[in-house]
Amino acid sequence: MKSLFRPLFLAVLFTLSFTACKQNSDSSLLADSTMNPEDIALDGTTEVLEMPAPPFVPTPVGDRAAKKIIVNLEIIEKVGELANGVEYNFWTFNGTVPGAFIRARVGDEIELRLKNHEDSVFPHNIDLHSVNGPGGGAEASFVAPGKEAVFTFKALHAGLFVYHCAAAPVGMHIANGMYGLILIEPEGGLPAVDKEYYVMQGDFYTKGAFGEKGLQEFDIDKAIAEQPDYVLFNGNTGSLLGANELQAKVGETVRIFVGNGGPNLTSSFHVIGEIFDRVYVDGGMTINTNVQTTSIPAGGASIVEFKADVPGDYVLVDHAIFRAFHKGALGKIKVNGDENPKVFKKNEPLQTKS
Amino acid sequence: MKPFALTFLFILTSCYQNKSLSDAPKETENLEFIVSKKEMKKIEGGSYLGFIGKDSTRIVEVKSFYIDDSPITNAEFLDFLRENPQWTKSKVTQLYADESYLHNWVSDYEIPKEAKPNSPVTNVSWFAAKAYAESVGKRLPTVEEWEFSALADEVSKDASEKPEFTAYILNAYQNKKAYNAEIKQEKPNFYGLYNMYGMVWEWTEDFNSVMISGESRNDSSTNENLFCAGASATTTDLKNYAAFMRYAMRGSLKANYTVNNLGFRCAKDL
Repeated sequence: MKSLFRPLFLAVLFTLSFTACKQNSDSSLLADSTMNPEDIALDGTTEVLEMPAPPFVPTPVGDRAAKKIIVNLEIIEKVGELANGVEYNFWTFNGTVPGAFIRARVGDEIELRLKNHEDSVFPHNIDLHSVNGPGGGAEASFVAPGKEAVFTFKALHAGLFVYHCAAAPVGMHIANGMYGLILIEPEGGLPAVDKEYYVMQGDFYTKGAFGEKGLQEFDIDKAIAEQPDYVLFNGNTGSLLGANELQAKVGETVRIFVGNGGPNLTSSFHVIGEIFDRVYVDGGMTINTNVQTTSIPAGGASIVEFKADVPGDYVLVDHAIFRAFHKGALGKIKVNGDENPKVFKKNEPLQTKS
Repeated sequence: MKPFALTFLFILTSCYQNKSLSDAPKETENLEFIVSKKEMKKIEGGSYLGFIGKDSTRIVEVKSFYIDDSPITNAEFLDFLRENPQWTKSKVTQLYADESYLHNWVSDYEIPKEAKPNSPVTNVSWFAAKAYAESVGKRLPTVEEWEFSALADEVSKDASEKPEFTAYILNAYQNKKAYNAEIKQEKPNFYGLYNMYGMVWEWTEDFNSVMISGESRNDSSTNENLFCAGASATTTDLKNYAAFMRYAMRGSLKANYTVNNLGFRCAKDL
């Protein structure tokens, strides 16, 4: 009942509020397309967004009305690991690389509170590609150590967007891990799936070569030459391996929000042994189907979806393949469940006469 | 040189017309002078290739001046507070210092537990630093004076062309809580100045005369109305990330701000 009444109600509402629009539409979709997202009213409630650490994402917006969302991000500069025994001085949003996944819907009013931890050495800010406004909020959010900056924006465009620090020197802030994703869902939300994950690629430039232990300094010459030592998913060679493997069951639909923080490389994102049933091209609302590898530029994102048909280990790679096997751009999705010989089976060796 | 196609634009201003700064603290009128034994070093005037600017506008002329050989310490600042209680954290005027002013101090006259008397004082506002400088008959250095003194490594006046010097600075900047250490534990630079890098950021008299707004990729037009009109200029030393960081830090500050790793040293005319 609810699902039937809601579109009707919305359609009526839109017709009422837009007298210029004479079409008597029985579809909320049409009403939506004629509505200026700027004019979407808030329902009067406020939510402080709960954001789990990557590779997990906040709960879908579903069919909720637009409202005010408060997003708390804290900038934390801290030593972490790029690989086993390889330490690096990361600069982060909320202590993780990538930063916390922000999720809202078109029409939401988002109050972004950016706090710079008092132990930070440097000033920082945030540029969200989902913002319509100067610098994506960079200027309004420029914040000294120990201070907090706040700005508000209305989400006008549905899609998956990158956010990053844009304080000088920008390249270094990004190279140190200051990026994340913000998803703006269309009204009614993205179609439901069984599993959702958050993966973001980044390239890292260290004084020592790949695997060299100890605290590694940022190497500016390698960064300018665009010759990274590490190309990583979620900031560590093991972020999506071993105990951290992504999980799915046979028959489940899987959606991965994939971003690329860069700073330099474009990702040729591919899952070995899977075909993406659907790809939201460039993270926008155009859907491509049956995609093997999708290109994700630095500062861009993509939403990929597939159904897990056959059990096994499925390997996430940047298919610029030396990055996968020599620089760390590897992850795994473990699919558990019954074999599906209709789709895939390994045959017995053929008997050949000697 | 394609990678350098992205240009960073800045506003160069030649005056410090900023309302909050021109309203000098009233406290300075009642300052009690104190005697400082801080050693100063003479910096011979000269010119250098400024970080900001292009071609002829990049040549910065600096007159000879004196500058403290190290950042002001907790003990030195305590001497100042004893004679000028209006600057203690319980009495300071809110307008001149934000809520984190000396917040790690145990009380008005007790320095932070983690720090030593000989550690640099931090969490002081620009107003407080300026008042201190005046109380010892000095002033804060200008950005240009500070940058000029900081060009020196241990063996030369100007090490800006040495890549390893920039690398050293960048690395030093990554040190956490270096402000709890004591001053003068490292070697001084060519002029005999200690702790120019990596211990604390330092206030300068005109810290906001060069505007970095936070929108570092397009600093040509932002907030022009807040500052004097000036020529916009392009930085060409894009690799000088250390200088970028200092200018960014200065740009993020307001005169009443206090920060855990922000201190100061004083300067003086000849």
